[in-house]
Amino acid sequence: MKPLKLIESKTVALPTADIDTDQIIPARFLTTTTREGLGDNLFHDWRYMNDGRKNPKFLLNQESSKNCEILIAGDNFGCGSSREHAPWALMDYGFKAVISTKIADIFKSNSLKNGLLPIIVNEKILDELINQSGEKITINVEKSEITLSGNKKINYEIDKFSKYCLVEGIDQLGYLQRHVSEINKFEEIRTWTP
Amino acid sequence: METQNPKTLFEKVWAEHEVTRETTANPAILYIDLHLIHEVTTPQAFTLLKKKNLDVRMPNLTIGTMDHSTPTVPIRSFKDIEIAGKSAANQVRTMMQNCDDFGIELFGFESNNRGIVHVIGPELGLTQPGKTIVCGDSHTSTHGAFGALAFGIGTTEVGHVLATQCLLQRKPKTLLIEVKGTLNKGVTSKDLILAIIGQIGVAGGTGYVMEFKGEAIDSMDMEARLTICNMSIEAGAKSGMIAPDDTTYNYLYGRPRSPKNNAWEEALLRWKSLPSDAGAIYDKYISIDASKLSPMVTFGTNPGMVIGVNEPVPDRKNDKSFDKALEYMQILPGKPISNNEVDVVFIGSCTNSRINDLQQAANILKGRKISKNVKMLVVPGSQKIKKEAEKLGLDKIFISAGAQWRESGCSMCLGMNGDTVNSGKLSVSTSNRNFEGRQGKGARTILASPLTAAASAIEGRVADPRNYLE
Repeated sequence: MKPLKLIESKTVALPTADIDTDQIIPARFLTTTTREGLGDNLFHDWRYMNDGRKNPKFLLNQESSKNCEILIAGDNFGCGSSREHAPWALMDYGFKAVISTKIADIFKSNSLKNGLLPIIVNEKILDELINQSGEKITINVEKSEITLSGNKKINYEIDKFSKYCLVEGIDQLGYLQRHVSEINKFEEIRTWTP
Repeated sequence: METQNPKTLFEKVWAEHEVTRETTANPAILYIDLHLIHEVTTPQAFTLLKKKNLDVRMPNLTIGTMDHSTPTVPIRSFKDIEIAGKSAANQVRTMMQNCDDFGIELFGFESNNRGIVHVIGPELGLTQPGKTIVCGDSHTSTHGAFGALAFGIGTTEVGHVLATQCLLQRKPKTLLIEVKGTLNKGVTSKDLILAIIGQIGVAGGTGYVMEFKGEAIDSMDMEARLTICNMSIEAGAKSGMIAPDDTTYNYLYGRPRSPKNNAWEEALLRWKSLPSDAGAIYDKYISIDASKLSPMVTFGTNPGMVIGVNEPVPDRKNDKSFDKALEYMQILPGKPISNNEVDVVFIGSCTNSRINDLQQAANILKGRKISKNVKMLVVPGSQKIKKEAEKLGLDKIFISAGAQWRESGCSMCLGMNGDTVNSGKLSVSTSNRNFEGRQGKGARTILASPLTAAASAIEGRVADPRNYLE
């Protein structure tokens, strides 16, 4: 995982609530055995019309959304299926952060393990971000701080360990492997075996 | 009995599996007792293991099946099966190769134990009280019906468990859901969980492990309890749990992978200590009156958009997400949901594909025909259930009513195996998600119980099953 310290980008807002992982990447694209190339089918059924052409009404297809690395989303983003293909698709497309008032547990966990930053803000700030979408903002991952245009600063909460892994680009498997002696001991001393 | 330091069921299972405790700086390392794997969410994890030259730490605690991208077309032998699409076939072959390479038991095409991952765990007796159970699938919460701590994980975490049999976890909060009263005739555990999700919303459980208790839960069989815990993820919960009791023990006794002889007695003693102590504190509490519920159906594009089958579709002013959902569903606010004509009925999925589910649907369909406008699929949750249903003659009831009887698998629940609902068509489905396009691009899904699904198939519109029950 690459270290993620600073994100500077225009934002794009999909303010719909409860955007589920089936919208982010429909199940029919999950028959792959790799994680690359999923960005092509990100938000597939919103991005493409039945004839396969891009839907010009969908925000991500518009010129203003090009190269946006920060997605502002309605409440409860990433609910539903545990498919890690959802953060893989968002990252493959070019997103580095998702900001919402609520982000589903498994999606959040999957994102953090891949270097996609999930940020939770309150409703007032989300409204402000939606109203200002398209403008450039800065996220300082180390400081857990968003700087809006006009230099307004917003702090957000994030689990310490997750932040450490993001900033340093740490692979959590390595952390687990370093605790193998504790795992061995646990297996030895527990009173029953599964 | 009051204890000194009363604990919840969840806290007991959690504490027994802490390899290291969480601190402000670090999450807990949690030991995993059972890792279920399937073809869709594992290939990238195995690739990583191979790249890093790592072994699977506990192949004996890892069990594989194939369900998501496998077809359900009726065939005599799986040997020459046509898998929908080249990439799905490759995925299935990759699963077989990976399980072979790492010494993992796989219930492949020829196995009598094959079936939907969350159906076979309980069926084989692998799912047991007090276990930590994970799978790269959000509906892993299903197994919590046995008093296990079971939750869905992503593919990176699948790799963590394969390599270390452990996960890094922050301790979730607890939510007690007390179900008062009992369910009326024609109202099932599916209706109850839909009503709960409607009450607390699709994010109402986010950050929590739910525990369900109360009269209605006590009187349910294991299959009905599995349906409840299965859909706790649809309220955003980490997991759903039900304390083990005699119903649980009777279900498990004599199953192929249940403990035997002395081990059974020892296990039973341990399991009986698991239920929450009197006075245990939960972070949140809600209650619901089961006796007030009618059969429930969804009308929107998430499982929280739900009403009684005879209620009019609600209207919400100035809610763009709500309007967007109704527009997608082509369902009008203020009108009865029963106005809507049904094109497809699906009975199956890890939510409702067990023998009682099939039996309930068959009771309604017996001696009747489904509407000529309806295409109906009945897909048993496992090959064992398929055989049992055939022994009971249920397949004949479905077929003579006009439905298709299939091999086991996830089928139409998620439209990635050849079984799909065509664009624009309205489906009444016993599955768990009515998201846009879940059953196929442009498909419109109404979630319901097997009873409601069967009644709707007969009438060709969303129908109240109570009219068909004596």
